Amino acid sequence: MTSLFEEIRPDPGEDVPTRRITITLNGERRAANVEPRLLLAHLIRQGFKLTGTHTGCDTTNCGACTVLFDGQPVKSCTMLAVQADGHEVMTVEGLAGPSELHPIQEGFKDEHGLQCGFCTPGMMMTAKALLDRNPEPTEEDVRWALAGNLCRCTGYQNIVKAVLWAGEKLRAESGDGEES
Amino acid sequence: MYPPRFRYEAPKTIEGAINLLSEGAGDAKVLAGGQSLIPLLKLRFASPTLLVDINEISGLDYLDFGADGSIRIGALCRHSALEQSEELKVRQPVMAAAAALVADPIVRNRGTLVGSLCHADPQGDWAAVMVALGGSLVVQGPQGRRTIPTSELVHGPFQNALAHHEIGIEATVPAPQGVPMGGYLKLERRIGDFATVAVAVSVDMQGDSVARAGIGLVAVGPKTIDATDAAASLVGGRITADTISTAADLAAGAAKPRTDHRGSADYKKHIVHTFVTRILTRVAASIEKAA
Repeated sequence: MTSLFEEIRPDPGEDVPTRRITITLNGERRAANVEPRLLLAHLIRQGFKLTGTHTGCDTTNCGACTVLFDGQPVKSCTMLAVQADGHEVMTVEGLAGPSELHPIQEGFKDEHGLQCGFCTPGMMMTAKALLDRNPEPTEEDVRWALAGNLCRCTGYQNIVKAVLWAGEKLRAESGDGEES
Repeated sequence: MYPPRFRYEAPKTIEGAINLLSEGAGDAKVLAGGQSLIPLLKLRFASPTLLVDINEISGLDYLDFGADGSIRIGALCRHSALEQSEELKVRQPVMAAAAALVADPIVRNRGTLVGSLCHADPQGDWAAVMVALGGSLVVQGPQGRRTIPTSELVHGPFQNALAHHEIGIEATVPAPQGVPMGGYLKLERRIGDFATVAVAVSVDMQGDSVARAGIGLVAVGPKTIDATDAAASLVGGRITADTISTAADLAAGAAKPRTDHRGSADYKKHIVHTFVTRILTRVAASIEKAA
């Protein structure tokens, strides 16, 4: 396997040490040789070609690059790829099933939770972690949980509605499954 | 943006990390949550030759409550763990109030209290809380462990009292001398921004009398300000409109803010006054309610 660093800068020089890491990305084990300074966001986008994770501000402000790291939302531009060695990472590509959208995605569609869509992947991953932890959030819970994800289009109203919609849908689905 | 090149090591033990830091001879940095360090690397404000990632060291993510009311926070205890702890709300309301206001919820999943203390940012939240609570930082180096009171931890902006081969292992908060009360208030332009001003007020109450008080001020000087005179003015008496007013005046007097894009120096002093007044007024109201 070639070094992923080569994909960021074609000429890393021969003296640049790389490390072999293995991560579970959206349920699949993936290996890569990375230079330690490679950021997790760049490994995901340039290395694994999963471009759903967006890099917005690149300065730990906007949350567009949010992925789930062992189930917790983290800013993938603010973590080194080597730190993900042996851990589970979930990106927005991991949400949908083979033929249908995840309820969170459906919610964003139904409630018009996006305009330009740039912040949406990050919003969805944060929403996923919130609903995993708190299946019945109040509007205030949703607003607090999403406080680290910036949107410059929507004014957040429909994003909050989308997450509440998804929560309801997920509760209905799990209710169906658990009834006996 | 890419960080500059560095050697990366993720030792499994504290001793291994200390050896690496000794090897780094002052040009190594400890990577814990990385929520300040990685942005600094990307902006090229920092360019250490060696990064010692302590995330692979097990047993450092604890939040321990002693039987006497003291608290120990391990180097890898994340802000979110503090925010989500129900016990912390009862044991130390000042910490619980601050935990929910550090940076933003995503950053709180990675960032650590101990890392925040070591980073010594004058706008950091935890340093003021620890100053108000009389807390300390336990650091470990080749010669073993030593304890640094938080009031002596910071020399200046981003300058801590650790030797180059020492690692912050845990923060400790002493047992309260009564019922721990108080709060943390922060003015920020938007969530995730650095504080314009923040204030931590801790009072340990015995009945309606203040047995111990501490006040820490954020972002109104080159380092966290320990408003000792303001705190001392509260000790030994009840919390009344008069004592609140005196403490707020003294705290605002201790603040040494600078005018910048977040506000004028006068405005920031005014906010210190308002926050001290507000926290103590709430404490007084809850004591009255309980009586």
